[in-house]
Amino acid sequence: MSAPPRARELGMMSCHVCRLVTAYTEDPQAHCPRCHSALHMRKEASIARSWALLLAAAMFYIPANVFPIMRTQSLSSKDDNTILSGIFELWRAGSPGLAVIVFTASIVVPMLKFIIMTVLLVSVQRSSGFVTKHRARLYRFVELIGYWSMLDVFVVAILSALVHFQILSRVEPLPGVVYFGVVVVLTMLSAMSFDPRLIWDNRKSQ
Amino acid sequence: MHHAQNLIICEHCDSVYQKRKLSRGQVADCTVCGAVLERHQWIGVDGQFALIVASLIVFVIANVSPIVTLKLSGMAEDTTLWGAVIAMWNDGAQIVAVLTAMTLFFFPLSQIVIFAWVLWFARDQRRAPGFAQAMTTLVKVKPWSMIEVFMLGTLVAVVKAHTYFDVVPGAGIWAYGFLTVLITVFSSHDPRHLWDVTGNGKA
Repeated sequence: MSAPPRARELGMMSCHVCRLVTAYTEDPQAHCPRCHSALHMRKEASIARSWALLLAAAMFYIPANVFPIMRTQSLSSKDDNTILSGIFELWRAGSPGLAVIVFTASIVVPMLKFIIMTVLLVSVQRSSGFVTKHRARLYRFVELIGYWSMLDVFVVAILSALVHFQILSRVEPLPGVVYFGVVVVLTMLSAMSFDPRLIWDNRKSQ
Repeated sequence: MHHAQNLIICEHCDSVYQKRKLSRGQVADCTVCGAVLERHQWIGVDGQFALIVASLIVFVIANVSPIVTLKLSGMAEDTTLWGAVIAMWNDGAQIVAVLTAMTLFFFPLSQIVIFAWVLWFARDQRRAPGFAQAMTTLVKVKPWSMIEVFMLGTLVAVVKAHTYFDVVPGAGIWAYGFLTVLITVFSSHDPRHLWDVTGNGKA
């Protein structure tokens, strides 16, 4: 079966919000006749926005990992945990299975997002025609897993609200968790700004 | 401007297809990039409305009842979602408090209410007042609603707390579990389908 035509070749475009198929227009002020959202062929300034948000996320990722995210205080001890040390503690004291899940959500997912978004952006900028279908799949993967990194942020929020036993025992959030929350939002915005259609545009070799 | 209702364009690679009628359980994939073009919408408008009303009820329960209770030498401490938001705000993590309130309360709630609003009118093939804005908001808010992640986060928190305290699960945790199931059911349904089943193309 031959490949279906692409909208750009047929002089068509579809609304990025409601998916209505319309005739192509150059007019930057054009609006969707159905849902009135702005119409454009590709997401605007996709590569620049995506890079900017990704780099910002990478910068915040350092304090997010270096600073502790949570303080556990009891009568006899005060214990500050970073993301990584919290995972080790969960592995030792609680449940190794959950430690693996938290490790995946807090370490593996953000790292994968940084690596995959960089690969996608660089390959699109170099007009690579290499493994397009696999890159398309990587993008969908990033979109799918993106928000699961919020896991640790929510864990800290719940524990801080629950463990409030005056001087006996307390849990408090520490600055690391704020940086980490910002990282998650920035990486999600970066992935949303990227236009996967660019993977299929301007390929040097088919 | 010309537009074509019978065509569908892949959102991931811009390939153009003729729309096809899907039967139960069928999913149309793009042959070029492999992304999902369209899924069969196996729950009708009435069914979706019933589920969204159920979601609203469960959402209220999830927000007013304690999620878990901790016990330590005769003292007990419980929390709701808003307890967590307030704790983060008071302990100097205001950004996280706002993020939590948005992704776990305001966005999911607006999703449920707006969806219920458009579905109520869609039951008679009508478009609700403000239909276009409602549909646009639904699409934009969707990625920022994180109930499922919170559900898993609660489980992790329970296990962490369990080493030092007695943990008693509350009604809230069951409500969040049930919401997660409802969200999974809805995940195969694209609200944009309502554009096709309402109004016969006229706004």
